[in-house]
Amino acid sequence: MSEPLLNVENLRVVFNTDSGNVHAVDGVSYAVNPGSTLAIVGESGSGNSVAALTTLGLTRGERTEVSGRILFEGRDLLALPDRELREIRGNEIAMIFEDPLSSLHPVDTVGHQVMETILAHRAVSKAAARDRAIDLLERVGIPDSHRWVEAYPHEFSAGMRQRVMIAIALANEPKLLIADQPTAMLDVTAQAQILALLEELQQQLRMAMIIITHDLGVVAEMADEVAVMYAGRIIERGSTEQIFAAPQHPYTWGLLKSVPRLETSRSEELVPIPGRPPSLIDRPSGCYFHPRCPYVRDQHRRVDPRLQPVPEAPGHVVACLLLPPERKRLWEGLEAGRTPEELRDSQ
Amino acid sequence: MTATGRPLVEVRNLAKHFPITDGVLGPIKAGVVKAVDDVSFDVISGETLGIVGEAGCGKSTTARLIGRLLEPTDGEVRFEGEDITKRKGAALKALRREMQMIFADPRASLNPRRTIGSTIAEPFAIHGLEPTEAARKQRVRELMDRVGLNPEDCNRYPHELSGGEHQLVGVARALALGPKLLVADEPVAALDVSIQAQVLNLLRRLQSDLGLTIIFITRDLSVVRYTCDRVAVMYLGKLVELAAGEVLLGFPRHPYTGALLSALPVPVPDPLGVHRKRELLSGEEPSPADPPSGCRFHTRCPKAQPLCSENEPPLVDKGGGAVAACHYPLTREEAEACSPLAAP
Repeated sequence: MSEPLLNVENLRVVFNTDSGNVHAVDGVSYAVNPGSTLAIVGESGSGNSVAALTTLGLTRGERTEVSGRILFEGRDLLALPDRELREIRGNEIAMIFEDPLSSLHPVDTVGHQVMETILAHRAVSKAAARDRAIDLLERVGIPDSHRWVEAYPHEFSAGMRQRVMIAIALANEPKLLIADQPTAMLDVTAQAQILALLEELQQQLRMAMIIITHDLGVVAEMADEVAVMYAGRIIERGSTEQIFAAPQHPYTWGLLKSVPRLETSRSEELVPIPGRPPSLIDRPSGCYFHPRCPYVRDQHRRVDPRLQPVPEAPGHVVACLLLPPERKRLWEGLEAGRTPEELRDSQ
Repeated sequence: MTATGRPLVEVRNLAKHFPITDGVLGPIKAGVVKAVDDVSFDVISGETLGIVGEAGCGKSTTARLIGRLLEPTDGEVRFEGEDITKRKGAALKALRREMQMIFADPRASLNPRRTIGSTIAEPFAIHGLEPTEAARKQRVRELMDRVGLNPEDCNRYPHELSGGEHQLVGVARALALGPKLLVADEPVAALDVSIQAQVLNLLRRLQSDLGLTIIFITRDLSVVRYTCDRVAVMYLGKLVELAAGEVLLGFPRHPYTGALLSALPVPVPDPLGVHRKRELLSGEEPSPADPPSGCRFHTRCPKAQPLCSENEPPLVDKGGGAVAACHYPLTREEAEACSPLAAP
């Protein structure tokens, strides 16, 4: 196995607010290998975006406490001064966001915005940067790019704007691309185009990707590895096959069973996850998921589970106090269409 | 379920054209956007009819026209056999008791300075029902209980609730007057995945308990089989296909429906990408201000022939309970290639 490109170790991010300390990221560790894709899954407020933003130093501020290490090619990004981090940002690590319209400057041409990224990191002439901008726009699938280079963001459709964002992100051929819900605001046909484009560019550039999403369809399609986050922590991590075929955490089960799929018929019932995510200021005792977990036992309210390897599944880890045979029984029951209540009562 | 039974809503040749204005010194009419253009369909009493399509296809405009939030440019909407497009004043107000809407952004559709109890009770005040305070409170508690909200929360404000609960308040308010028709415009699009299920399960339960008829607007084909009896697909202001959910997903006839299905990411990992050959639509959706001639989909259609740019295909029966507007509908083989359900 090759050396990871990005290695996040025990990352903690605490925002000091007037209502108290928000523990947005609480001891998160993951690694991304060159050329591979990690999906970070979780609902809004689970800390997945904050972890990614911190990688780029975008959460730095007086009232933010960050600890842990983020090693990118061996360098700790958390220890870098702003000036050195700026050399990496947009160059070796790039990011695209959910809403391309609010990420683009409304009164600047898209061509100029692509050029800006190139000129910030490369000693090239403006003419050369412009030629490269046209090339990049062409490459992300904008037809007649020599004409569109002069256009403003409002002249593009949502899908086209996201293509422009990708062109900007790829301007300096980054080694790592962080995509925060890149297709959440797009229609399915535009989404399919953007996902196909990202996959194709990833292969050409051997770029690693972190995709933050709560669309499990996008995860299945794009990711090699999946990390599921809940209340600022990773509660389960494994290969995409492991997570979909043998998920271990009741929260992961909830995510998989609460979404209607194409094959979900009229006679089936969806299984919602009861309750709502906890406050990150005043967190529950024991397992953070226990107030919403259908299989909670007394001990779970007191003991805080750590990530443990799943037996006979290399690379698969889970933070759950239920014993492996019990988890297997519960998931098989859910797969067979039984409800969490039935399964709990039969234990 | 097939299209039998008494229609509650009949939509006939419905059209809505929005003018585009230009000019610095004053508005000059520069063109029109044909948001909905000559659309006809029935909504059968007691069914859930899905309307599916991408941004700009006219699905929400259709919903608003049926709900009389917009005036149509042309055509009729008949509710229980009577045209409602000309209704005004008291007659329109009476109609509001029969049909209600819920919206995509539940928080924006609640008044932040009103308790949710008073929001849910407002329809009673508007229509002069339940005159006593006690009776009104009792009804509000019943409604909250029915949609799965805790009645104790009736004195809370919207900011104290989660996004899913906001939508439940929207549903409770819509049900207050006991409507026959509920128009739900992307009711779960803004919700987190874990709470979408609550709202979807609720809508389905309400339909069987109260005999409600539902028009369910969505851009997500993966929810239609679970939520809808029949599904209508719209593209650029036109209805292009209408069929029972099972039929539409199993054997889509219109190439656009096929493309929507093919584009859908499916939560089943496929590491080698062998199961499904994706038919990606090329290019962009044309502007509804200047739609293509003939079939509006021909500029992006993988099966387009010269005829498609000349003649607009009528919506006709293609067998198996599906109607579609296409000169060269998908064959069974082509349909299976794009449907994720056909994957082994």
